[in-house]
Amino acid sequence: MSDLDVDVELVTDLLVRFLRDEAGKFGFTMAVLGLSGGVDSAVSAALSAQAFGPENVLCLLMPYRTSAPASKRDAQEVVERLGVRSRTVDITAMVEGYLEQEGVCDRTRRGNVMARARMIVLYDLSAAEHALVIGTSNKTELLLGYSTQFGDSASALNPLGDLYKHQVYQLARYLDLPEGVIEKAPSADLFEGQSDEAELGFSYAQADAALVKLVDERYSAEQLIAEGFESQLVASLVQRIVANQFKRLPPVIAKLGRRTINQDFRYLRGWKH
Amino acid sequence: MDCKARLVQIDTHLGDLAANLETHLGEIERAVADGVDLLVFPELSLTGYFLRDQTPEVALASDAPELVPLRERSREVSIVAGFVERAPDGRIFNALGLFEDGELLHLHRKVHLVAYGLFDESRDLAAGEDFVVAESKHGRFGFLTCEDAWHVDGGYLYFLDGADAMFVCSAGPGRGVGGGDGELESGRVWRTLQDAFALQFRTWTLYCNRVGWEDGVVFGGGTRVVDAFGRETGEPLGLDAGHLDVRLTSDVLERARFQTPLRRDERPWILARELARRVGFPTPGDETQ
Repeated sequence: MSDLDVDVELVTDLLVRFLRDEAGKFGFTMAVLGLSGGVDSAVSAALSAQAFGPENVLCLLMPYRTSAPASKRDAQEVVERLGVRSRTVDITAMVEGYLEQEGVCDRTRRGNVMARARMIVLYDLSAAEHALVIGTSNKTELLLGYSTQFGDSASALNPLGDLYKHQVYQLARYLDLPEGVIEKAPSADLFEGQSDEAELGFSYAQADAALVKLVDERYSAEQLIAEGFESQLVASLVQRIVANQFKRLPPVIAKLGRRTINQDFRYLRGWKH
Repeated sequence: MDCKARLVQIDTHLGDLAANLETHLGEIERAVADGVDLLVFPELSLTGYFLRDQTPEVALASDAPELVPLRERSREVSIVAGFVERAPDGRIFNALGLFEDGELLHLHRKVHLVAYGLFDESRDLAAGEDFVVAESKHGRFGFLTCEDAWHVDGGYLYFLDGADAMFVCSAGPGRGVGGGDGELESGRVWRTLQDAFALQFRTWTLYCNRVGWEDGVVFGGGTRVVDAFGRETGEPLGLDAGHLDVRLTSDVLERARFQTPLRRDERPWILARELARRVGFPTPGDETQ
């Protein structure tokens, strides 16, 4: 076993309990999540199906006009494999309405608008279904900030947030998800031909091997380099982790009074539950 | 000693005293029906664990009306429950209470508060300062609250005092999923600790942990009993709520302590002398200080 390998049976058991318990204490027995055709959302969907029962999981396929047809096909295969409910909500009209009005050409801005449009759909339909939005962001992308704030990173419960990408793949195989979903190159699919690893400038395997030491085992950057990690990779990871801390926290509130929310007004979400 | 003890592994409602008390009363009802002598709940069983700003809101004086039902029911079964205690001087402690024959017979205030990793207990709680054996009608018991068992002082003092059994009541989070044997790494570590306690102190060691989740943190269960020979007794619990019954008897202690008479051979004055030398405080009869 490598440093990164997890006991998949144990992790699955824990995450199913987590979803059921944390949703159940607020009276929720149903889940909504966005299914992209990628491995992360497929794993989240599989865990949700085990936690709530497939009939209580609504997977939303939310293509934009440039989305790869393969994404829809793969997402559909996951839906069939898991027996969950699904709906397709094309976001093209809502996204185009805004992009055209503002004349947005920048690729990052366009991608963020799409991610946030999907968030709007997820949250709206979660209210209609009296369901919770289940997250699909893994620990690697949360640390690297490779997500859209208030977009794909928004959820009520995130079963994947403490799993590196390598571990998500491990789980995907254990959960018997379609091979095509596991094998294809990871992509946010916000524009044609997009690839996570090309955009990041390193592979997930490289990132995970270094991140687990940096974050979980508290190695310093110097110690990592001394262990043989490329200095450029280490520098890039550290820079990304630090620069993206804002995405992992709630908005900053100026402290004025004696008790300020999230500073010295400290209660868990599960307060009184 | 011949005592039927029951360790109850429950989930709690965070900061909801009424709901948690109801859970306790249900368990007490069942325990009485089953002829249990001593019913043990986990750390902070009446309140839940990650209380933060709820800590003062759920703190109870030892004569608080909320504890009256436990006092009353303790006429039928002795009860150990965890709660946040507000001392007369205003300090707030993480406490374990032993209720027996209508009274709060014994109070153990957690000595070793945890303030590392995901813990921040000393932010809200004062630390207890002693380990005193509880003189129950069922036996002489030493209570340790979770982290207390990670330090040798409490167990050692109970060992010196000849406690019949040590109860480790926990709200221990589970973590570490890389082991590959279907068990949380934290659970494995706890087992090692329990075995060491039982073997080193030649005593019944009873570990009572809770289950459930608080904002993404799982409590790892694993409630378990080891006898004075270091042998697992009964079936340890997993991650589900449940209970573990065990008959605590003196004969096991007598045989284990005869076979390996660690208490007889212990010379605590060596430790006292060395502590005095290192820490610099005088001990009675030590003229060199």
